[in-house]
Amino acid sequence: MDSNNGKNEKKYILEAVGIQKKFGGVTALNSVDLRLKYGEILAIVGDNGAGKSTLLKIISGALIPNEGKIYLEGKEVKIKNPQDALNLGIQMTYQDLALVDCLNISENLFLGREICKKVFGMNFLKLKKMRIEARKHLESLGIRTVSDINEKVRNLSGGQRQVIAISRAVFWGNKIIILDEPTAALGVRESERVMNLVKTLKSRNISVIIISHNLNHVFSIADRVVILRHGENVGEREIKETDGDEVVKLITGAEFAGKELK
Amino acid sequence: MLETNKKRKFDFSALRRSNILTPIAALLFIITLLSILSPHFLTVSNMINVLRQVSIIAIVSVGMSYTILTGGIDLSVGAVVALSGVVTAILLKNFNVNIYLAIAAGLAVGIISGATVGTMVSSKIKMPPFIAGLAMMSIVRGIALIITGGRPIYDLPSYFSFIGGGTLFKIPFPVIIMFVIYIIAFINLKFTKTGISFYAVGGNEEAARVAGINVKRIKTLAYIISGLASAVAGIILASRVMVGESIAGFYYELDAIAAAVIGGIRMNGGEGSIWGTLIGALIMGFLKNGLNLLNVSTYWQQVAIGVIIAGTITFNLLKKS
Repeated sequence: MDSNNGKNEKKYILEAVGIQKKFGGVTALNSVDLRLKYGEILAIVGDNGAGKSTLLKIISGALIPNEGKIYLEGKEVKIKNPQDALNLGIQMTYQDLALVDCLNISENLFLGREICKKVFGMNFLKLKKMRIEARKHLESLGIRTVSDINEKVRNLSGGQRQVIAISRAVFWGNKIIILDEPTAALGVRESERVMNLVKTLKSRNISVIIISHNLNHVFSIADRVVILRHGENVGEREIKETDGDEVVKLITGAEFAGKELK
Repeated sequence: MLETNKKRKFDFSALRRSNILTPIAALLFIITLLSILSPHFLTVSNMINVLRQVSIIAIVSVGMSYTILTGGIDLSVGAVVALSGVVTAILLKNFNVNIYLAIAAGLAVGIISGATVGTMVSSKIKMPPFIAGLAMMSIVRGIALIITGGRPIYDLPSYFSFIGGGTLFKIPFPVIIMFVIYIIAFINLKFTKTGISFYAVGGNEEAARVAGINVKRIKTLAYIISGLASAVAGIILASRVMVGESIAGFYYELDAIAAAVIGGIRMNGGEGSIWGTLIGALIMGFLKNGLNLLNVSTYWQQVAIGVIIAGTITFNLLKKS
């Protein structure tokens, strides 16, 4: 790994090095490293409480680490809040979807970054332009399950909401998109749609980090997988060079898995 | 496929989404019913009369709607109505201050009070809005009592009466002020980035924060708007009765909450139209007026208002499920 240092600038879009995060006396992350290549889908797996969400929240600015450095395209960056991350082109879609139920699809896509026109120092929304742009965007991602851009997000199905949340991430985070359990609580068909959308992202050369409990999904779409256990990075594997058994062993701890096998 | 509405037809679905149809239906029902029951109800003079009576609560309700939209509530509005009126009255009578300065001072009372509540609510300790408002209600009311010694301030200069008593083309000033405030609030909430942020913060605070919206700023702003609106109402009230009273505006917070809720502003925040609030205030105003015309006792009027509140909310909840 160390011999690659010179090439890292080209190879990795994002590097998080030595990330440490404590909540009170509990160490959620202990000196974790994470490297994301250009245009790859990187899966992060681990048991509940392994620190997956914490790690990604740090990268997306929702949490601040106690120690550690983050490099974006080889340059060190300080991410102190979600806005910093957004400005750097890193967007996370959260488990709770980060959509505002009572706003419509277009308003959600543009939330926080509305197209405005200044009149008397006030930012007036260009509603029509936003609606047209929103439609164009969804069509360009091949999203056909949403019929009305003015529909409130509340009235959408879980899968549609997830698709909108991800589209929103694509809309704004044009370099790195972080997905936290995008298919949790979704049916098979809806999961399929979300997974197809993630593949579309890859084809657009967007780098994706995805947390998932579903190893089938991980193996069907990811290029690489990072395994966290008890706040530590216990393994990184190319998907082609590993299998479910090995990953499960890493997730649960080899010892435990070993006992199970006997 | 995503469809583009080429034809410019009336967007009924937007109206349906805005949750405003129930209050409109209720208002029309009440107007129709009272017109049948009383020949004096549906006259121009009575309508103007009701509008004038409603205007003060309706203005307070605008501010209340902002705070409820962000997922909060402002219980200090009634006390601010009193203190702003008192401050303006005292400056005019005892200190002979220029009327515009006196009004500005009254408005400043609202802004300062609102900013205080807003800061308490949005600061790190995250004081529950209910508690912050309760505390501020007591503080502000107390200050009004201290300043006046509990006595009403009479004999205000006659030129002060134009705000509450003046008319323009036979329309009372308070009514004009009310409409202007509603139009400004409507434009702000519907067509500006700040406006949509109020909805976003109330609808999903975490999502709003992650989207880069300054949640603290938006929340504080809502309470400042609420304080300011209450101060406007307080000054109008003082001007209309030509008295600065520390006991003015009692229970206005409850009327304002009722107006907002009847008008379809969701108590948890994030949803509702400001026109709904106006309709909510009108419903209560017409009801009180009509029942007065029918010689129904004020005690029964209270019961009627309660039934209307429970009824509209039930209807809205049923419609959703």
